[in-house]
Amino acid sequence: MKRRRLVNWFLGLSSTALLGSVLYPVWRFVSPPDVPEASTNRVEAGPTNDVELLERGFKILKFGNEPVILLRAGDDDYRAFAATCTHLDCIVEFQSAERRIWCNCHGGEYDLRGEVVSGPPPRGLEPFAVDLVDNGTGQPRTIVVSRT
Amino acid sequence: MRVRAADLRSWLDERLPLQAATELARHKTVPVHRLTVVYYFGGMTLFFFLVQVMTGILLMLYYRPSAEEAFESVEFIMTTVPFGWLIRSIHSWSANLMVFFAFVHLATVFFTRAYRKPREMTWISGCLLLFLTLGFGFSGYLLPWNQLAYFATRVGTDVSGTVPVVGEWILRFLRGGDHVSGGTLSRFYGWHVAILPAITSLLIALHVILVQIQGMSVPASEVEIARRRRPMKFFPNFMLRDLFGWTLALGVLAAAAALFPWELGEKANPFAPAYADIRPEWYFMFMFETLKLVPGGEIFGLEYEAIPVLLFGLGGMLMVLVPFLDRSGRSSLMPWVGAAVVLYMVGMTAWGYRSWAPVLVVAGTGLFSWILTLGTRRAGGDKT
Repeated sequence: MKRRRLVNWFLGLSSTALLGSVLYPVWRFVSPPDVPEASTNRVEAGPTNDVELLERGFKILKFGNEPVILLRAGDDDYRAFAATCTHLDCIVEFQSAERRIWCNCHGGEYDLRGEVVSGPPPRGLEPFAVDLVDNGTGQPRTIVVSRT
Repeated sequence: MRVRAADLRSWLDERLPLQAATELARHKTVPVHRLTVVYYFGGMTLFFFLVQVMTGILLMLYYRPSAEEAFESVEFIMTTVPFGWLIRSIHSWSANLMVFFAFVHLATVFFTRAYRKPREMTWISGCLLLFLTLGFGFSGYLLPWNQLAYFATRVGTDVSGTVPVVGEWILRFLRGGDHVSGGTLSRFYGWHVAILPAITSLLIALHVILVQIQGMSVPASEVEIARRRRPMKFFPNFMLRDLFGWTLALGVLAAAAALFPWELGEKANPFAPAYADIRPEWYFMFMFETLKLVPGGEIFGLEYEAIPVLLFGLGGMLMVLVPFLDRSGRSSLMPWVGAAVVLYMVGMTAWGYRSWAPVLVVAGTGLFSWILTLGTRRAGGDKT
C-alpha cells in the first residue's frame, strides 16, 4: 500500500507539473505585453485662427496616444487639459455657451481650470501648458501645447 | 437502387440505440396547469440563440475585425451585400430579444421557485448562461467599431479597472493593452465568435440535459391542478406549440429588421469627444444610470465608483446562490427581494431613457403571458 501511495504521489505531482507547463504559457499569452509608447512632450496645435477653434471653441489633439483638449476661453486665452474624463475614460468636450468642460457619458462637469464642479469625476483634468509662438507680423501665431 | 425509409431505419436501429431514444421521447410530458405558459420562455431564448449562431456565421463571411476595416466592412454588408441589411439587422434584433427573453425566463423561474431542490444546477447553469449572453452583447457591441460602441467599451472596460487589486489586470486583459484600440477589437471578436459560443453551447447542452433528466418544475401553487390534469405530450403537442411560437418570433424579427434596420452610426474616432445622449444597450442602462448618481471621491483608497460596481458583482453572485439561500423553497423574503430588484432595474432603465416605455414593455409582457394562461385556466382537461 505504501508503494501505491508513492506512485500516486508521483503521478499527481507530474500531472500538476504538466498542467502547469500548459497553463503558464497560455496565461502569459492572454496577458497583453507592455508596449512602450514614445512619450510625446510637445505638440503643435495649428494657428490661432484655426476654424475649428474659432467655431466650436475647442479641438481634440493627438498627444501621442492620448487625447488632449485645447480650448479657447477668450481672446488669446487658450487652455489645454488631458481630454480623458477621470471618471470612466470618456472624452470630454468644451461647451463655450455654458463655459464648462463637460463629459457626455455620465455628466461630469469641470470648470475652465480643469477642476471638478459636479458629477461623478473623482479628480480634475491634468493641465497642459499652452504657448503662442510668433510667426512675424501679420501672420497668425502658432499654438504649442506641452506637458507641464 | 431504392432505399426505403423503413430500411434506413432498421439499418440505423442495428447500429444505434434508436429504439430507446424514441421510447424516451414518447414518454416525455409537460405538466398542464395555470402557469404552463412559463415553460415556453426558455425555448424562446434558445430560438433566438440559434438565430444568432446562423446569422453570426453569415456575417463572418464579410466582416473584418480590424480598426481600419471593421466599420467599412459592416457598411459594405449593410449597403452592398444582397440582403446584408437583413442579416445584420436580424442579428442585432435577435440579440436584444434573446437578452430580453433570457431575463423573462429568469424572472419566471425565480418567481415560480423552479430553482429549488433538485434543480439547483439547472439554475446555476442558467445564471452563467445569462452572464455569457451579456458578454455576447458587450463584445458584439464593439464589433461595428462606431462611436457609440467605442465609448461604451471605454467605459465598460474602465469600470472593471475600479475593482481593487485585480482590476488593473482585468482591464488590460479585456482591452489587450492600456487603451481601447484595434487590439481590443481583435480580442472582442475572438471571444464573440469562438470562446463565448464554445462555452455557451456546452452550457446550453448541460442546461437542456438537466431539464430532460428532471422534467419541468411544477410551482407549489399548481401541484394540485397539475395532478388532476392530464399532462401534455412533448412530442408532438408541446413541440408544435413551441414551433408555433418560434415561427411567430421569426416573423417579428423579419418585420423589425425590415421596418427598423439597425443603425450603424459614425466610425469610431479615438480623438473625438463623446457626443450627447451617449448610452449603453438597454440591458446595461440600470447600471449606467447608477454610475451617474455616484459622486467622485475616495474612501479607504477605494474610489466611490467602485462601490456600485462591487455591489452589482455581489448581486450577480447572490443570484447564482439563490437556491442555497432559499433551501426550503418557501422563503417569504425571496419574492420581495426579487420584486425589489426588478423594480430597481425597470425604474432605473425608465429614468435613464426619461420614458415610460420600459415599464410598458414589462407590464405588456406580463399581460400577454397572462392572456396565454387563459387557455390552460379553464377547468376542462381534468383526468377524471
